[in-house]
Amino acid sequence: MATTSQDRTEGGPETAPADPPGPILYYNDLVLDHFTRPRNVGALPPAETDGFGLVGDPTCGDQLKLWISVRDGRITRIGFQSFGCPGAIATSSMLTELARGKTVEEARRITDDDVIEALGGIPERKRHCSLLGVRGLHAALSDWEARQAADGTAQDR
Amino acid sequence: MIYLDHNATTPLDPRVFEAMLPYLREAWGNPSSPYRFGQEARAAVERARNRVAECLGCRPAEVLFTGGGTEADNLALRGVTRALRDRGRHVVTSAIEHPAVLRTCKALEADGVRVTWAEVSGDGVVDVAAVGRALGSDTVLLSVMHANNETGVLQPVAELAELAHARGVPFHVDAVQTAGKLPLRPAALGADLLALSAHKFHGPKGVGALFVRSGTPLHPLLTGGEHERGLRAGTENVAGIVGLAEALALAQAEAQAEAARVGALRDRLERAILAAVPGARVHGAGAPRVPNTTNLALPGVDGESVVVGLDLHGVCVSTGSACSTGDPAPSHVLTAMGVPPREAQSSVRFSLGRDTRPEDIDTVVRALAEVVARLRAVSSL
Repeated sequence: MATTSQDRTEGGPETAPADPPGPILYYNDLVLDHFTRPRNVGALPPAETDGFGLVGDPTCGDQLKLWISVRDGRITRIGFQSFGCPGAIATSSMLTELARGKTVEEARRITDDDVIEALGGIPERKRHCSLLGVRGLHAALSDWEARQAADGTAQDR
Repeated sequence: MIYLDHNATTPLDPRVFEAMLPYLREAWGNPSSPYRFGQEARAAVERARNRVAECLGCRPAEVLFTGGGTEADNLALRGVTRALRDRGRHVVTSAIEHPAVLRTCKALEADGVRVTWAEVSGDGVVDVAAVGRALGSDTVLLSVMHANNETGVLQPVAELAELAHARGVPFHVDAVQTAGKLPLRPAALGADLLALSAHKFHGPKGVGALFVRSGTPLHPLLTGGEHERGLRAGTENVAGIVGLAEALALAQAEAQAEAARVGALRDRLERAILAAVPGARVHGAGAPRVPNTTNLALPGVDGESVVVGLDLHGVCVSTGSACSTGDPAPSHVLTAMGVPPREAQSSVRFSLGRDTRPEDIDTVVRALAEVVARLRAVSSL
């Protein structure tokens, strides 16, 4: 059985809630826009895929797949597919917008907070949904690096 | 707006509102005051108690008013286990209870009470034999809901009551999801305690009732004045209590016709969704259910995404599970039914009600098909 902060009656002295339950489904218009019209959706063709990331448990919870094309050390194309809540879809969509056109080094520096800030904020209790996007990008970049190393061409990135 | 979340709450019936008004505007006295102005309020509370007793087929003294369904459940669980503390420290309940019961049992566990959580079938029906095996000489309470709030599946409470009574164990029934939807007779169900909540049947929020069969041992949760025979201290919510009684009487009078009407619409909605959304599956389809509820898995899409997507189409539905409250764990009810985590995460509850019209069904199914198709185009599964 999952336990949440609501389980305050279980053991320990009663304390004032540190994290009062705020609005849960309150998404701003930009988040809803990225949820209803996500950018950069879909797999890249295998010939154009230089890196691929898959994050999330195979049987439960949210999941993200992310594809990148890298030319001259720069992300030229990016695509994603996501199974998850509106926050997960919107943050994945915004992440692809932030990463597209960036150099690999710049893309690596994108944080969860950057994604959330670009969206104008998401509900506090939905923050955990935003973690997949950055993790997915890092996975795709690592995959790209591994492929470069395998090709023996890692030096020309 | 099309509101298909009647298991969450219902709009106040205008007739109930009218019945409550005098006790907010004119007869605002304290029912405990001895003068006539106070006793006017007292009389309203006792008239309401008589009406509720009439609806339930019990004696007025067996009806306690509370601050809602959750408080009624808490009073039953904590009140009986406390009263029978010297007899035993074991409670039997099911794996699919509402948090009002589930988390209260968890709290009892933390206080040293042993709790057995009876499993359910794939259709979400509590395993009667498992309850029978769990009941022991130290068991002081059996608590099982009448209908599950997420799936609408009705539980075999009369059979469970026989088992409990054969062992001399009091039986509490959380009837929050059936009160006002089905005829409700604690005696016919074999309930020693039974909880209900006014806002689930077009009454006001913040008021509920607990039926307590006379002779059932019970300690109060709240101490203070001698209100509600010393079992629930605090000045009575007079207007709320009047509203609860009015709402219950109206809902019960209309329950049979309304169950048939809403049941037909629910069945139509289910058929239309199964036709419009490939891979959709109804949870608990093989079990008897309350007529207004359907809970479906829509594989490949997240339940909350469907809820928000439908909201943008002006349709209110629910995931029915804890995920909507920010907890990423899948529904404990669907999980107990053996539904895989991803399918549980992909489930959405539609609960129809008095204001649901046939044309709403077509609108909702059209919107749902569009939302699911869009989400599936994004989905990585």
